[in-house]
Amino acid sequence: MSNGMLEETQVIPLAEVEEVDLYHAHHWITKYVFCQDAKVIAIQYSATAILIGLVGLVLSWMMRLQLGFPEVFDFIDAESYYQYVTMHGMIMVIYLLTALFLGGFGNYLIPLMVGARDMVFPYMNMLSYWVYLLAVIVLTVSFFVPGGASGAGWTLYPPQAISEGTPGIDGGIILMLISLVLFIIGFTMGGLNYVVTVLQARARGMTLMRMPLTVWGIFVATILALLAFPALFVAGVMMLLDRVLGTSFFMPEMIVQGEMTSHENGSPLLFQHLFWFFGHPEVYIVALPAFGVVSDIISTHARKNIFGYRMMVWAIVAIGGLSFIVWAHHMYVSGMNPYFGFFFATTTLIIAVPTALKVYNWVLTLWKGNIHLSIPMLFCVAFILTFVNGGITGLFLGNVIVDIPLSDTMFVVAHFHMVMGIAPILVIYAAIYHWFPKMSGRMLHEGWGQFHFWVTFLGSYLIYFPMHYLGFIGVPRRYFEIGETSFIPPSSVTLNEFITVTVLIVGFAQVVFIANIIISIFKGKPADSNPWNATSLEWQTAETPPGHGNFGDELPVVYRWAYAYSMPGVEADFVPQNLPPDQVRRTGSTTGPVAEDPPELHQ
Amino acid sequence: MNLFHEMTKKPWLVDPTEASSVREVGAFFLPAGKVGLRVFLVVVTVVFTLITIAYADRMLFANWLPMQEPWVLWLNTAFLIASSVAMQWAHNGTRQNNLNGVRDGLIWGGVLTFAFLTGQLYVWQQLVDLGYYANTNTANAFFYLLTAAHGLHMAGGLVAWWRSFARMRRGASVADLRLSVELCTTYWHYLLLIWLVLFALFLVS
Repeated sequence: MSNGMLEETQVIPLAEVEEVDLYHAHHWITKYVFCQDAKVIAIQYSATAILIGLVGLVLSWMMRLQLGFPEVFDFIDAESYYQYVTMHGMIMVIYLLTALFLGGFGNYLIPLMVGARDMVFPYMNMLSYWVYLLAVIVLTVSFFVPGGASGAGWTLYPPQAISEGTPGIDGGIILMLISLVLFIIGFTMGGLNYVVTVLQARARGMTLMRMPLTVWGIFVATILALLAFPALFVAGVMMLLDRVLGTSFFMPEMIVQGEMTSHENGSPLLFQHLFWFFGHPEVYIVALPAFGVVSDIISTHARKNIFGYRMMVWAIVAIGGLSFIVWAHHMYVSGMNPYFGFFFATTTLIIAVPTALKVYNWVLTLWKGNIHLSIPMLFCVAFILTFVNGGITGLFLGNVIVDIPLSDTMFVVAHFHMVMGIAPILVIYAAIYHWFPKMSGRMLHEGWGQFHFWVTFLGSYLIYFPMHYLGFIGVPRRYFEIGETSFIPPSSVTLNEFITVTVLIVGFAQVVFIANIIISIFKGKPADSNPWNATSLEWQTAETPPGHGNFGDELPVVYRWAYAYSMPGVEADFVPQNLPPDQVRRTGSTTGPVAEDPPELHQ
Repeated sequence: MNLFHEMTKKPWLVDPTEASSVREVGAFFLPAGKVGLRVFLVVVTVVFTLITIAYADRMLFANWLPMQEPWVLWLNTAFLIASSVAMQWAHNGTRQNNLNGVRDGLIWGGVLTFAFLTGQLYVWQQLVDLGYYANTNTANAFFYLLTAAHGLHMAGGLVAWWRSFARMRRGASVADLRLSVELCTTYWHYLLLIWLVLFALFLVS
């Protein structure tokens, strides 16, 4: 059989192997607006995601103002508070993190890192962005319809999400569901691109196991998203029908304000299962690209190969697989069968094994490395700490018996913000500081970067560490105002004030970061094409920022993996992936093929 | 590609044969369009599987009143099977370099699919006239949801079909049509399979 395949490959002429037909823009509208170049689409995705993310950030300030200083701000009432909670959660998880990691970094990095000229379906890739933008616009419009945005909480649990008394029942929830459905359609178009590009459009010599871990992370995350988002899609459509047509997929018989509703026998639990069948893989859809990016940045800035590359790849795949059988750990308080809970607690604890493996490998990569404490590296080290913190509280909450008392407290808020909010955001910052020189041809300002890093890193710990304590003493989450409660000491009020003040300070640092980006685009120090002396292909392009088609006339040929740092016997401390072996300068100024080196040199 | 073999490679050991031995092909010896369609069909499968699971789960609840399937559904099923056969006919035409076969197959495939969709709408109309509203019973709601989801996928297929058809009318050669006709055919067969499973589900519930 293998012989047949070999013969087949030998006769396949280049043109049949999807040498991407490069689309050339002839008008500024097709060059900058309706553009099919993945790099432009990436920047469009990133800018939109960051913009809507800023809205999410402002919403978090509003929530904290209310929690820190209740009854001070007249414009925040209970209804608007729940709208802030809902929109903050949905915006941050889906419209910021998912869109930025996959639509933003995925689009920019996949073709460049695997040595392709563009995505394999550029037109669909462009459509993907415009549908995403439409989803964002529909979501934003929901703030301005009568009744305002939905206040159902970001999980949109029925029956409450579409019952009288919940804010946004008139238009907000409808627009939210439409926006989610649009987002998923748009994402699917992009996701097909990312998967097929990685599978089919790699440069010569770029075997799967020579791909940088960033690509592995985005690749597996995209597969997860393609398999998990349909659950949200189905749930969203069914809830939309419940709300608009009065069907009873999820809506049980209820008496609202003394009257029977027209719904009968729907299953709210069914929604929870569908939602979390999407919702838990979603955590890893955000985390896996972050894992990949961290691996690459740590290796580059510590001038050392990543420790245990194969294990890192397998761990990414294993985490991706396991993430589909842990979803019900979000539902321990839904009244499930104890055996069911036992199963999900077990799988949840098992998923900690490949995750811990990754953390050990990052630390071992740093061990005895030539560590450069550049801004991207600082953010990555901060990520490792934060991820360990958030991960360990996840082990607490993964156990049914611990989760039940803690489930409705601020402990959960602290946990998931550490592991799914702060940790991926730190990686996004690391990635922006790392790849900004490639994307713009200029460096970000180092001093402002230091300010941004330290305020963000220390600030987020000052925000979320005390929140664990608040949770332990029983301060509930989701409450607009606690008022006088016997078991909650007055010190918690002071602590809440402190957290709110810190939130505002950290928020200010993000404004500085945005300013740094905008100013650096125009006035930043010019960057050369490979400022970090990195090995992967995106740093070896002829132009910076890379031109249309990425690699000039000839596609690169890959001779080694992406982690050839500090190789013994080699003059430079890095060897680019596409440098032919006979051009590698050996110490003593002789050149010779690295391929003839005894294997132990490359361990 | 042997995935296990690929993923157990040790990339830090330099293999002198590697760079020269990797050919200019992706993981599969297939055009990107075919790989893309297969990935998409996996996504479609997940969507229909999840709705089916929800259907099966919801059947167990009290107050589930399965509806009578109108006989027109059998006719529609026949249309869909015939459209799939017609698409296969067009596909065979591309293999045998027979432009007339491609044209006839495509035209019949499109017409029969259109007949299927019209028939589905007629079934809806009939059911509404009989008082089977979506909000009177969840069995009805699931019927409308599943037929709508399948119908929309068929309609999406017709967009791709229209592009191949328009290309043919502009005088494209059989070789130029080969890939798009093959992709359409695969899609038609797969959606027929999904419909048969759904129809069986309606019949047994």
